[in-house]
Amino acid sequence: MNRSTIDLWVGVFVAAGLGALLFLALKVGNLASFSTAQTYQVFAKFANIGGLKVRAPIKSAGVVVGRVADIRFDNESYEAIVAMNVDSGFQFPRDTTAKILTSGLLGEQYIGLEAGGDGVMLKHGDRLRLTQSAVVLENLISQFLFNKAAEGKPEEKK
Amino acid sequence: MDLKGMRAAAQMGLRARLERLGGTVTGQVWRLGYASRFLGYMVLHSGTAMRRFGLTMKEIYFAGVLSLVIILVSGLFVGMVLALQGYETLQRYGSSEALGVLVALSLVRELGPVVAGLLFASRAGSAITAEIGLMKATEQLSAMEMMAVDPIARVVAPRFWGGVLSMPLLAALFSAMGIFGGYLVGVQLIGVDAGAFWSQMQAAVDVRNDILNGVIKSLVFGVAVTWIAVFEGYDAPPTAEGVSRATTRTVVTSSLAILALDFVLTALMFTGGP
Repeated sequence: MNRSTIDLWVGVFVAAGLGALLFLALKVGNLASFSTAQTYQVFAKFANIGGLKVRAPIKSAGVVVGRVADIRFDNESYEAIVAMNVDSGFQFPRDTTAKILTSGLLGEQYIGLEAGGDGVMLKHGDRLRLTQSAVVLENLISQFLFNKAAEGKPEEKK
Repeated sequence: MDLKGMRAAAQMGLRARLERLGGTVTGQVWRLGYASRFLGYMVLHSGTAMRRFGLTMKEIYFAGVLSLVIILVSGLFVGMVLALQGYETLQRYGSSEALGVLVALSLVRELGPVVAGLLFASRAGSAITAEIGLMKATEQLSAMEMMAVDPIARVVAPRFWGGVLSMPLLAALFSAMGIFGGYLVGVQLIGVDAGAFWSQMQAAVDVRNDILNGVIKSLVFGVAVTWIAVFEGYDAPPTAEGVSRATTRTVVTSSLAILALDFVLTALMFTGGP
């Protein structure tokens, strides 16, 4: 086996290997949407975050506009403080509502932003006042049962 | 007297057993230390392998290019089987569109580096050990030393770097081929929607968390396998039996090392932090 044949095959091998890595990064992973763009951080307090995780998407109208940066517990108000990194390309009014939603029936949880009507935009470090916690299935079921029980009572009196 | 003699004999037996245990442990520790010093020496004397890159190139050819067929074919079949099995389970929960996620994540995170590493150990690692062991048995290494050529720099280091450079590329090719196999079976054969297959995969696979960690894994496995292979070859008793035993030991030790390291790396990478 002479030198140039070896070089050729090694070249083919390395090119194929790098091609496979590129394929993994672009076609399998999401390098295209892997943004290192500028972000600004806003905070929101939730009474219950359910199964929200760090790096969960933040969506507005279904479009990903940022990621959850950090989740802490506030020991004074006994609420969860969620720090959100929102892409600087997307500006939201100051009275935007943050809701914790679930994608699909059993899917992962994300934060949905609903823009308000205020003329002043959110700045880095601001806090969202209007929030809606995650829906906890057990609470929902117990509410439903209590409602049913409440409905049932008047009928018994008749 | 009898009792005393028996007790003495039992004590001797215990003593001999403890001595043997101690001897085994010190022997293993000594061997580990020797292997580490060997690695350090080899890395420090890699100048030749880097300056005369043709030497390393030749080893990339032997370790990487010649392993291509087995890696690509295994990757294809592993991906196809994953798609078949995964579909069976996923369609019970009505989420067969997540097939792409299942195939891609299992390949990129685990199966790609691990199975490619095991194949690499048996295909290339054993060959490296046998080659170096035979060169030692036929006194080629001593002959080099006689000519003031350092056999570690001239023979061992190029093989080491050739293997270390080949392994991540092979693992990436394995994963890519496996995902292609999963696509063939999942989309073309079973009929999962192609758009959902790719888009869910792209949404779930993270470049840094999944793909980069997979590459790091394969790099670690490459270092471990090639290190074990060159060390076993260099350390083999210069007989036919010694070389054959060293070759077997290379495959067994490096396979176990891959599985143990995989557990440690997975525990470090994919648990704890999100």
